[in-house]
Amino acid sequence: MGGHLNINHLTFLGQGALWTIGLSVIALIGGGIVGFAIALARISPLKSVRLASAVYVQLIQGTPLLVILFLGYFGLAAIGLKVSSLTAAGASLTLYVAAYLGEIWRGCIQSVPKSQWEAAEGLALSRTQRMMKVILPQAIRIATPPTVGFMVQIIKNTSLASVVGFVELMRSGQIVNNSLFEPFAIYAIIAVVYFAMCYPLSLFSQKLERRMGRGRSNLASA
Amino acid sequence: MSLQLDFPAVLERWPSLLGGAALTLELAFFATVLGALFGTLAAVGRSSQSSLIAGACKVYVESIRNTPLLVQIFLVYFGLASLGLKLSAFTVAVAALTINVGAYTAEIMRAGFEAIPRGQIEAAEGLALSRLQIYWHIILLPAIEKVYPALTSQFVLLMLASSVCSQISAEELTAVANYIQSDTYRAFEAYIIVAVLYIALSLVMRAGFWGLGLVLFPRRRRLGTPL
Repeated sequence: MGGHLNINHLTFLGQGALWTIGLSVIALIGGGIVGFAIALARISPLKSVRLASAVYVQLIQGTPLLVILFLGYFGLAAIGLKVSSLTAAGASLTLYVAAYLGEIWRGCIQSVPKSQWEAAEGLALSRTQRMMKVILPQAIRIATPPTVGFMVQIIKNTSLASVVGFVELMRSGQIVNNSLFEPFAIYAIIAVVYFAMCYPLSLFSQKLERRMGRGRSNLASA
Repeated sequence: MSLQLDFPAVLERWPSLLGGAALTLELAFFATVLGALFGTLAAVGRSSQSSLIAGACKVYVESIRNTPLLVQIFLVYFGLASLGLKLSAFTVAVAALTINVGAYTAEIMRAGFEAIPRGQIEAAEGLALSRLQIYWHIILLPAIEKVYPALTSQFVLLMLASSVCSQISAEELTAVANYIQSDTYRAFEAYIIVAVLYIALSLVMRAGFWGLGLVLFPRRRRLGTPL
């Protein structure tokens, strides 16, 4: 308890905010790569692959991110793997994001009209060609708005990395609060910074959704 | 690396694990009931003719949906304390979770309201139903029926998110796991067991909502399909 909020505190919070963005990017890229594999596995022609990926998604979606983070941090340390808080948070978020993005993208791939699959098959394209040249280009268009929307969830969820000691925005707020003890003011600032990161993405996602809706109705009337 | 798992060391704490699971369910129950009411009110408010009410509801929904739950819980916890209100961690947790899930419920319910065909409301007016009757039978109940699966997912997510309340010392399931791991040094086992308990709780909740849906929507039960 001492002093007032000064420029040093704000710089520290700013650094935390940058780490929040960094961790979000790590989670988005890692989760995107694994999630894409999950999405493809969920519609695999092999039943065992479909089942295994479905079980993965169910397990992750039935567990709180906080518990996954603790498992990654304390759990791996307890069985002899010493990981830094950045590694633990990055890996846990990757596994978590992958399950959700995988499900979102599976839905998008499956919402490409069935006739497109059949036409591609009728043109004697192989399964890979069908995926790469016909289905995915259309699925990516459908997937963009919900993916941008999910990025808001990712940014918000990185706040949980604070509990394993990773100094992102939330944790830097807690540290500043420990020296100033003005919790209400500091957490209000933190909330505003999170809002400033998330709200533009929310708006962008809504805009994309509206634009897509228009594109679709044009397609239907054509 | 020596991998020696000792699950019994954690499992022998089953009374506190069960207590934590019960408190998690209790938190989820209160926040679901209060959040559903609160969120529905906010959804109604957003379509209000008064731009003041509509604007206030929009600010509420957007500010909650674009900030992390952890920050919201800390703000409520410390905010109420700085106003001189000394509340238990449980009360604060229920309040914060209610405010949080209310905003998501409001968005889901708004989608439900928008999906009600205008013609149905006009037909009800033509049949001389009162405003209240129209709101209840023609708008609210069919809207809930339409968005029921989305609401179910949201409330299950809320139960999982209540794990964050361990950070303000509400003794729910994750807090119990933290306590056990600091006591026994069996972190991996403790969190695995708690993860399994959470998965079980989310299955129980989904089954509960499915059963509740059968009771609430008899038409759906008879036809076997949503509206």
